Amino acid sequence: MFQKLYDWIDERLDITPLWRDLADHEVPEHVNPAYHFSAFVYCFGGLTFFTIVIQILSGMFLTMYYVPDINNAWDSVYYLQNDVAYGQIVRGMHHWGASVTIVMVFLHALRVFFTGAYKKPRELNWIVGVLLFFVILGLGFTGYLLPWDMKALFATKVGLQIAASFPIIGDWIKLLLQGSDIVGAQTLARFFAIHVFFLPALLMGLMAAHFLMIRRQGISGPL
Amino acid sequence: MHRGKGMKFVGDSRVPAKGKFIPPKDYSEYPGKTEAFLPNFLLKEWMVGAVFLIGFLILTMSDPSPLEKEADPTSSGYIPLPDWYFLFLYQLLKYPYASGDYKIIGTVIIPGLAAIGLLLAPWLDRGLERRPIKRPIATSIMLLTVVLMVYLTWESSVTHNWEQSEQQGKIVKQVEIDKSSKGYQLYSQNCAGCHGQNLEGGVGPALVGKNLNPAIVSSMATKGGGNMPPGVFKGSKQELDVLAKFVSDVSKK
Repeated sequence: MFQKLYDWIDERLDITPLWRDLADHEVPEHVNPAYHFSAFVYCFGGLTFFTIVIQILSGMFLTMYYVPDINNAWDSVYYLQNDVAYGQIVRGMHHWGASVTIVMVFLHALRVFFTGAYKKPRELNWIVGVLLFFVILGLGFTGYLLPWDMKALFATKVGLQIAASFPIIGDWIKLLLQGSDIVGAQTLARFFAIHVFFLPALLMGLMAAHFLMIRRQGISGPL
Repeated sequence: MHRGKGMKFVGDSRVPAKGKFIPPKDYSEYPGKTEAFLPNFLLKEWMVGAVFLIGFLILTMSDPSPLEKEADPTSSGYIPLPDWYFLFLYQLLKYPYASGDYKIIGTVIIPGLAAIGLLLAPWLDRGLERRPIKRPIATSIMLLTVVLMVYLTWESSVTHNWEQSEQQGKIVKQVEIDKSSKGYQLYSQNCAGCHGQNLEGGVGPALVGKNLNPAIVSSMATKGGGNMPPGVFKGSKQELDVLAKFVSDVSKK
């Protein structure tokens, strides 16, 4: 029955090449931990993707309770943390997931670096990967402010001072992020927008490019 | 052009056999056993993912994510601390050659060079050799960077005053205080500067919830102790008793 359904769709949309790229390919022995345990280093990229999926899903649930406004932000997080059923777990997944994502991205980058996998013909994918790393650090930085507690506010103030120290455009970057003369309501709204819309959009676009290039070029060969 | 099922591919990618793109070698040309991604390999990956998820969920349940008290922009003396993965950058700014007049070295130049170096790695390290041991310069620079990052993070965490920042960030419950009382007047003249208008703490620790007895309060207010200097309270003996009773009562709420 599935074969008939598949044929019906394939006749109209020609999905075989798509399906082939997505799922129908071989995994070579040198990256398969089932054959060589040391090949687990090749799993870090996949685990990064897995933790990003956790971040996206838990983040979607967080926005059901979170209010991006300085009067209510902290109270909404406090309520979620203490009164909502499983709220502590959802917030915990997003909070700890951020750290786990950074660790996994770092390990993945080190694996690619030390196996020399960024060399020709994979230079472009390396660049996309480094940009992904920066986007993820940006997500970490903007997400830190959102609970609007003491450390969020004061760490963000320091971060914005660092941004302001850029030559020439520093003050402009600071104003763009801060939205007003002080770290306040505008800043929280901007960081929320950047954290929830701008950077995730960039993240997904870059991830799509990352994966397309992997499928097109294949995994680098054994050392 | 031939389309759909039965299309001829080269290697592992969606490149038609007649295309010009020179694809990487087919995995069947590598020695050893290959395995189909779907379903064989994905199923194993799924199991590893499930184990990882269980460990991760245990972490989230055993360690609830921290939440400090609501941001108070007027609070002074709070020691800011970024999330742990920015600590190495933060620590860099504490060294004299990367702070003050040379701040730009720590905030822009060093991180900027590192970022550009990382982006341009494929062009900086152009040799055909891929084994880390055969390209000693690239390998040693990266190892040195990682060691430095770990060292700076470590330095930052041992020099940070964790106790004080925990004290400063602690969520203090709001208690009702009779602000017209004589005790509160004395409190706001003598103590509120450090312990806060609502005894919630500031430079000094919070007094709410500490369950202090009056003798300790009056001793601290006159003789000091810990970080508190002696002789903070200025007033008569009767006033000291009123103050001690007031603070003690509020601290028990």
